[in-house]
Amino acid sequence: MSDLYSRVVNHEYGRKVADLLGLPTPAELRRHVPGEPPLTGPVLVGGDGDLSTPVVELLRTAGLDVHTEPADPEHTARYAALVFDATGMRDSTSLGGLHEFFHTMIRRLGGSGRIVVLGRAPEAIDDPAAHAAQRSLEGFVRAIGKELRAGGTANLVTVAPGADDGIAAPLRFLLSGRSAYVSGQRLPVVTSSTTTVADLDRPHAGRVAVVTGAARGIGESIARTLARDGATIVGVDLPSSGDALAGVVNDVGGTALQLDITADDAGERLVDHVRTRHGHLDVLVNNAGITRDKTIAGMDRRQWDMVLGVNLTAMESLDRAVLDADDVLGDTPRIVCLSSMNGIAGARGQTNYATSKAGVIGHVAAMADPLADRDGTINAVAPGFIETDMTEAMPMASRELGRRLNSLSQGGLPVDVAEAISFLAWPDADGVNGTTLRVCGQNLLGA
Amino acid sequence: MTQLRDAAIVAGNRIPFARSGTAYARASNHDMLTAALDGLVARTGLAGATLGEVAGGAVLKHSRDFNLVREAVLASALADDTPAFDVQKACDTSLEAVLAVANKIRVGQVDVGIGCGVDTTSDAPMGLNDDLRHLLLAAQQANEPVDFVKLAGQLRPSLLKPDIPRNAEQATGLSMGEHQAITTAEWGVSREAQDQLALRSHQRLAAAWDDGFFDDLVTPFLGLDRDNNLRPDSTLEKLSTLKPVFGDRETGTMTAGNSTPLTDGAAAVLLATPDWAADHDLPVLARLVDAESAAVDYVHGHEGLLMAPVYAVPRLLARRGLTLQDFDLYEIHEAFASTVLATMAAWEDEEFCHDRLGLDAPLGSIDRDRLNVNGSSLATGHPFAATGARIVATAAKLLAERDDFEHGGRALVSICAAGGNGLVAILEK
Ligand SMILES: NC(=O)c1ccc[n+]([C@@H]2O[C@H](COP(=O)([O-])OP(=O)(O)OC[C@H]3O[C@@H](n4cnc5c(N)ncnc54)[C@H](O)[C@@H]3O)[C@@H](O)[C@H]2O)c1
Repeated sequence: MSDLYSRVVNHEYGRKVADLLGLPTPAELRRHVPGEPPLTGPVLVGGDGDLSTPVVELLRTAGLDVHTEPADPEHTARYAALVFDATGMRDSTSLGGLHEFFHTMIRRLGGSGRIVVLGRAPEAIDDPAAHAAQRSLEGFVRAIGKELRAGGTANLVTVAPGADDGIAAPLRFLLSGRSAYVSGQRLPVVTSSTTTVADLDRPHAGRVAVVTGAARGIGESIARTLARDGATIVGVDLPSSGDALAGVVNDVGGTALQLDITADDAGERLVDHVRTRHGHLDVLVNNAGITRDKTIAGMDRRQWDMVLGVNLTAMESLDRAVLDADDVLGDTPRIVCLSSMNGIAGARGQTNYATSKAGVIGHVAAMADPLADRDGTINAVAPGFIETDMTEAMPMASRELGRRLNSLSQGGLPVDVAEAISFLAWPDADGVNGTTLRVCGQNLLGA
Repeated sequence: MTQLRDAAIVAGNRIPFARSGTAYARASNHDMLTAALDGLVARTGLAGATLGEVAGGAVLKHSRDFNLVREAVLASALADDTPAFDVQKACDTSLEAVLAVANKIRVGQVDVGIGCGVDTTSDAPMGLNDDLRHLLLAAQQANEPVDFVKLAGQLRPSLLKPDIPRNAEQATGLSMGEHQAITTAEWGVSREAQDQLALRSHQRLAAAWDDGFFDDLVTPFLGLDRDNNLRPDSTLEKLSTLKPVFGDRETGTMTAGNSTPLTDGAAAVLLATPDWAADHDLPVLARLVDAESAAVDYVHGHEGLLMAPVYAVPRLLARRGLTLQDFDLYEIHEAFASTVLATMAAWEDEEFCHDRLGLDAPLGSIDRDRLNVNGSSLATGHPFAATGARIVATAAKLLAERDDFEHGGRALVSICAAGGNGLVAILEK
């Protein structure tokens, strides 16, 4: 997808002009490349709390160059990431530690640098001062995310009591190029992790992943990304998209299932296909989605019903079908659903769509416990402005605006959404359940 | 000799069929066949797999397409070391290809293979006419300038008239429709019966599409996701207004409505041993248990061009110890509505069965409710070489869908072909 503005301003003269006009210069984001190291330089771990020691050990085990004291700038000009343990901050005065650390260290963060702040889930803290201090962290991360340049991101991981060893997977994701377009977000870790992954380059090895709407766009990228990460793919799309679906499936290896997910027997047919062809199902990605935009006054009932039917009702019944067919779910089942930024912020002409996509957020929150009972998780991803055929077709002005209204000054790529989905589906991401993660470059809308 | 193995029909796929000159006007046989193979591969999860054999073909071929099927395999998602060969037997092409693969499986030469076929009348080859071709061949032999001058002197405007493939029998010069018109008249097949059959074909095919029957039998191609010859809202009244196009233009009964149109399309069937299917988590939809071919002498007027299956079936029944009524499903290719009707009339006719088929008693009638239950060529259209694979895949899926068949699930497939050929086969659950 061509982002003309990015190409122009990244050209020498274009950049001068953009600087003169005070326009943002979108950086080329560091994205995951299999085989390359997760970080391009050392990590500095700061702060003081329960997590500093385990985090340092975790990162060292992962083969990273971990510093606990700022190195002489002569030796380490740039850090690839700053990890700050704020779990020890119990009142507002202790928050000064954030200033102390980041005031100097932010200058030493390299391109596409990562800031991860570790905190406690405020909801679980009774002491008002400690609750407020931990809640403060969210504001801090959101603000510093907007100050980062050159593709940097800042995110907060909040850890529930007893969930400390659930942070490995979220940390690995947030520090890597896989989280290129995730910034300004809070990612809650709600339980400890009981699973490990043998080959971090192929976290889905031996697993079977169903992706609905896999024929094109974000779904295609999800299928390709999960396959790259080791999964066998069951690609699902409408019979009328069967040719594109066949192309994707033949490329990544797996089977194609031409199925309208709104059909009465869709769940049954999906389960039957998975059972007979693959024996089991580990990951279900509910990606198929549609828009039928009209203001509520001009929208007919069919347009409402179609959007709700595909985006929410069909997804709910597929989830129920795989949960009810108890002989198909694997040991660490993962469901990931596509919500949308517009389901959080709302958008004119999208009452149907926003309703459905907000419903998705509620669905994953409500289904978290039933999934946990099966050693599984269910989460959602809410993409912001993603460069797809859909956004390519938008009017030029709103498209340009959509692209720039975020801290990274650019649209995300389908692979950015796919990477977040792959992460939420990792076997060792079992600490994250019931949440909705925005993949929006810290878009201003609904934030 | 070792025990024969079962040849299981595991999956089928085709692209939607398109009337000539419409959706696939610019597509080649190679494109269409590759698309049909790729859809089959995606559905069965066989990307990158090496199969034992792919057999298939086309009736209308460009000279460059002498290795059409192998070229399509190379362009497909199958492994490049999958062998393939071309067959050509008019409208029986892909049934013959399916049979070839089935037989290789049965005798133990391969474990898995594909039978397929494709045809386009939109992108049909056009030849130089014989006079110009001879002239050009002579020019290749010429060495002296003076030879060229002599040859150039033979150039005439008439030489530019291309040689277009015609739907005509070489031996008689009559088109298939004209031949069938003779048979239709001989058997006194009424206009109304033909129109009824055509209407039912459209209605049944439309219902099958609406039921999602083709969700796992068809992969869209070039923006088409249903057979575009299908007329779900056709009526007997509409059909009855059409003018005869074959036989007597006044009193004839064969119209564009009860004859198959020229069609583009491709179809493929995956066959394997039941063990191979189980190892690959694939189902056994049905087994191809036997087949019989026959031919008739239509040249001297002894028999109708498309009547060969009428002769093949009793021989096959005798070999299997079956009667014509021992089937749960009948798939009789609708080249023309009257072909199906004349075929059935012949089997019911005591004199014909005695004199021509050498039988003591007529084969009898078949239950119409078991005939072409999801429609056939009148509705889908008939891309010559693709029809056999379409029919086999449909019949196999129909057998797999139900467990309550009177005869345990047995289907008779019958396909007539140009040249007075015919091929019939039996599928069993
Ligand atoms: N593109 C964006 O910027 C963006 C932003 C936020 C959320 N999303 C969400 O991401 C998901 C994918 O979006 P996209 O941009 O790739 O869309 P897309 O239209 O390119 O692809 C959606 C796919 O889903 C399939 N599909 C639609 N209805 C179906 C049904 N009933 N059964 C089976 N398959 C069906 C379509 O055939 C298509 O292949 C959607 O849920 C969308 O709401 C997209």
